[in-house]
Amino acid sequence: MKSTADLRAFQRLMTRAVIRPLTAEGRLQPRWTDDRPMADVAAGFIKPNDRLTAFERLEIYNRMYWFRLLDCAADDSPGLRHLLGEDRFAQLARAYLTKYPSRSFTLRNLCSRLPQFIREEPKWTAPRTALAWDIARFEWAQTVAFDGEGRPLPEPAEIAAIPPARLRLGLQPYLSLLALDYPVDAYVTAVKRRDALRGEASNAREGAARKVRRSRRVPPPRRGRIHLVVHRHSGRLFYKRVDPAAYRLLEAIGAGLPLARAIAAAAPRAGAARIQEWFATWMKLGWFFNAAPPRRSPK
Amino acid sequence: MPANRFNGHSDYGIGIGLRVPHYSHILSKKPVVDWFEIISENFMVEGGRPLELLDRILEQYRVVQHGVSMYFGSADRPDRAHLRKLKTLVKRTGTPWLSDHLCWGSVDGTYTHDLLPMPYTFAAARRTAEKIRQVRDYLEVPICVENVSSYAEFHVSEMTEWEFLTEVVERADCGILLDVNNIYVSSKNHGFDPYAYLNGVPADRVGQIHVAGHTKFEKYILDTHDHPVLDPVWRLYAHATRLCGVTATLLEWDNHIPSFEEVHEEALKANAYIAGARRQRKKP
Repeated sequence: MKSTADLRAFQRLMTRAVIRPLTAEGRLQPRWTDDRPMADVAAGFIKPNDRLTAFERLEIYNRMYWFRLLDCAADDSPGLRHLLGEDRFAQLARAYLTKYPSRSFTLRNLCSRLPQFIREEPKWTAPRTALAWDIARFEWAQTVAFDGEGRPLPEPAEIAAIPPARLRLGLQPYLSLLALDYPVDAYVTAVKRRDALRGEASNAREGAARKVRRSRRVPPPRRGRIHLVVHRHSGRLFYKRVDPAAYRLLEAIGAGLPLARAIAAAAPRAGAARIQEWFATWMKLGWFFNAAPPRRSPK
Repeated sequence: MPANRFNGHSDYGIGIGLRVPHYSHILSKKPVVDWFEIISENFMVEGGRPLELLDRILEQYRVVQHGVSMYFGSADRPDRAHLRKLKTLVKRTGTPWLSDHLCWGSVDGTYTHDLLPMPYTFAAARRTAEKIRQVRDYLEVPICVENVSSYAEFHVSEMTEWEFLTEVVERADCGILLDVNNIYVSSKNHGFDPYAYLNGVPADRVGQIHVAGHTKFEKYILDTHDHPVLDPVWRLYAHATRLCGVTATLLEWDNHIPSFEEVHEEALKANAYIAGARRQRKKP
């Protein structure tokens, strides 16, 4: 190894080996991508020792990679895991991470492309793909709401001074608008509550623990359109269902329309009193920032 | 505690890692702790609860940043967006030094989220040192690189791990975060003498020491951070303290985390070894 190019070639080889999917038994695959024995490939760059072959040493890293990432995906997806069951969820996660290995320095972003993957490859979630897609979007929105950027709130006086025809507000970057075909907010909340109860039961009397273990699975929700805002307030996560017209109005504001045009386009029949009521709540929850460009200072 | 240019001439004692299960205890009871080490990546976010919590910790405690994803040894250039986020956090915490690992874990933008061992070659040492210098110049904070535990060695290596560590830190003119548990784990996995390792590193560059627990399997040892520190590791720690002087020390406990008190008590065991090292150094 004489150069950075050699180092890169070495690291590409090892990365391909480390992120290669495990066998069904959770072991390093016996064959390399070109069908050579994996033992030969491993022995080509890894030294054996008196207890482990090169294959076995590489397998430690291969297994740790998959266990770490699958654990992380499972932690971030309690609702999806419950819907699919542990085995099917693991199959989905393995397929997802094989197609979309992590491209971020932080595991926080590991499931960012999971909703997209569910749409691209519905076989992993069939016949409940539409529900799985809704849950995956909802669970990713929670990650965003937890630690996404929050911009300074607009001053009420500042807003009042701008005519609605020119007033542009932005939606907080941590806030997600979700139009969902299933009421997954209630479903995921019920799943988390049940998981928390199971966690507590592990320290409880054996009889009580058995009773909780036997408790029914949370039934999948029936189809029913909802409009949801996933946001945070005072550092805590919240999900707020909103009226379809209110949702369209928030979408229009988020798209950058001035307030008057957003109201005309999204909620023309909502009525002034209702819109004022919505805005009072949204302002109180801190959903907006002032998206207008700063005023030029006078010469 | 000796201060040196690699730990920002600070004088920190025994710290523990700031971990989620302890947040409420720390915020409500405000226990006396010399300092906390935070995982930088957990707070390299745009907003929300992590930063609110960090600010509350910073009101009460000294914090040092420890990273897990800079990958100094990766052939890739440092990621600018990553560096910008890290610098924002450095300004927020006022960390007197910053540590990350002497390893790699990504290539061509694909991340393994692991601390993969380096091939111990001169070319890799040159590249790694160059990246450490670039990162330090951008962040404007002293850097200590940590030796990792490993489960594989490579045919291309041209030197021992401690020779490679020395080559890198001297070329980069940076400090060392000496993880004595990692030295022990790797010594068992690769069959070298851990004391030869300790004696081989430039002691005057050690800015911080890590101790932790590990798990023994039939054919190898894993660096699991889920146990108290084992006696052989404490003995290595005592030896390191004799060589380096009494140095800022941190206990890592990341899995099966017990109560705050238990973790802190385990960390404070270092005091006994520090006292022993002090007595020995006083002897003519």
